[in-house]
Amino acid sequence: MLDDFLVRAGLAGVGLSLATGPLGAFVVWRRMAYFGDATAHAAILGVALALAMDLPVGFGTLAVALVMAVTVSTLSGRGWAIDTVLGVLAHSALALGLVAVSFLQGVRVDLQSWLFGDILAVSRADLAFIWGGGALVAALIAWRWDRLLVATVNEDLAHAAGVDPNRERMVLTLALAVVVAVSIKVVGALLIAAMLIVPAAAARALARGPEAMALLASAIGAAAALAGLWLSLSFDTPAGPSIVAAAAAGFVIAGMAGRLRA
Amino acid sequence: MPRVQGGMSLIAAEHVTVRLGGSEVLSDVSIALNAGEIVTIVGPNGSGKSTLLRTLLGILPVASGRVTRNARIGYVPQKLALERTLPLSVRRFLSLPIRHSRAETDAALARVGVPEIGDRQLADLSGGQLQRAMLARALLAKPQAILLDEPTQGLDQPGEAAFYRLLEEVRRETGAAVLMVSHDLHVVMSASDRVICLNGHVCCEGTPRVVSNAPEYRALFGLGTQGALALYQHDHDHTHDCGHDHA
Repeated sequence: MLDDFLVRAGLAGVGLSLATGPLGAFVVWRRMAYFGDATAHAAILGVALALAMDLPVGFGTLAVALVMAVTVSTLSGRGWAIDTVLGVLAHSALALGLVAVSFLQGVRVDLQSWLFGDILAVSRADLAFIWGGGALVAALIAWRWDRLLVATVNEDLAHAAGVDPNRERMVLTLALAVVVAVSIKVVGALLIAAMLIVPAAAARALARGPEAMALLASAIGAAAALAGLWLSLSFDTPAGPSIVAAAAAGFVIAGMAGRLRA
Repeated sequence: MPRVQGGMSLIAAEHVTVRLGGSEVLSDVSIALNAGEIVTIVGPNGSGKSTLLRTLLGILPVASGRVTRNARIGYVPQKLALERTLPLSVRRFLSLPIRHSRAETDAALARVGVPEIGDRQLADLSGGQLQRAMLARALLAKPQAILLDEPTQGLDQPGEAAFYRLLEEVRRETGAAVLMVSHDLHVVMSASDRVICLNGHVCCEGTPRVVSNAPEYRALFGLGTQGALALYQHDHDHTHDCGHDHA
């Protein structure tokens, strides 16, 4: 069954949604949308470095995404406006990555596939990487759920309850780096943030509690991945953007359904 | 309520100095909260009131001095910046991060006078309901000390008076001490056993009457507080709705 590229693609999309659902909910609640973008853009630099050093691409993207995430956390803690920090770092990292790719001699880099993803080319090894990373992030968030939630509602309340909000922020930062690393192949660097935000935003219209919103976001993300693959196959459209377009349609439908119910 | 001298305080700061971003916000501050008393910290904007409360809670580190906590503490923050994107019912909020049974959360909400809001979304509450929900959450910790940061900000005067009455009732029933921060001199002071006047350091301290007559207090707040003076001189059994200038 795993021999079929379409089955592998579908499984990759579903596996990714495991992590992007709950993590995306936190990204929306904490207004970290642009942060996800920045980490993802930096991942291109990771791709270039990994190829140059002949390391696995997943390793390179993970390392650079981690460095990026920690740098942003540190700089924004030092009084720089967060959007300025992200603007400088995200675009610099993307530009550096593109420049670095052009220096690679003898390595054929399909830049298009890193920017927009190539879910139809997902291998068995990729699938293991995606499911492993996705399950890791989902388990991490489930384990620390209440602590993450109270730190999101109010940092002082978290502190008073014995929860260190800085540690919880770091947990989310690490989770984000892992998700970027495992999803760059599926949706590409430019659309990762969309897979985090759009399903979570769609789930908001229907959910009455934080747990429901996280689970619904996963379900909507998985449905969007399958619908997007179907679109791609039927109309010969690029797969990554088709998945995001399907998620966007889900956002509109959920919004209307939520309004009808209210 | 007499101040217990020498006994173990619930929370105490001894010669505490706190620096934020290089400037000294609190210098050599010593205060103590003893069992069963209601203490209010007053002071002008920027006097370090919230900083002191957050230092007592252990949120901010001290540059020198010592903070000791010997009590279960319930905390009510100044405000909750609620994201509308986060769907959160009042009941779920009360169980965060420590889970409580539905019976316990319902009882806590009933205790603070808002039994009907358990299923409401936190973001849909009025200012007064939100304050009570946060107090209910603090009570669920079965606190020996309740710390509140500007608890009546944004409430109208009747709402404010009702909230202080509620605090007195809670104190009477549970025996919990109350430490709150306020820049509002009138009703707050009348509801307190002890007032600490803060302006980077402790200017003066004592019963509301002593503090309001202290030259340090008058220098800070001027003499335009006569309206409040009448309020200090009563006991805590009647309501505070009357006697205030509503103009």
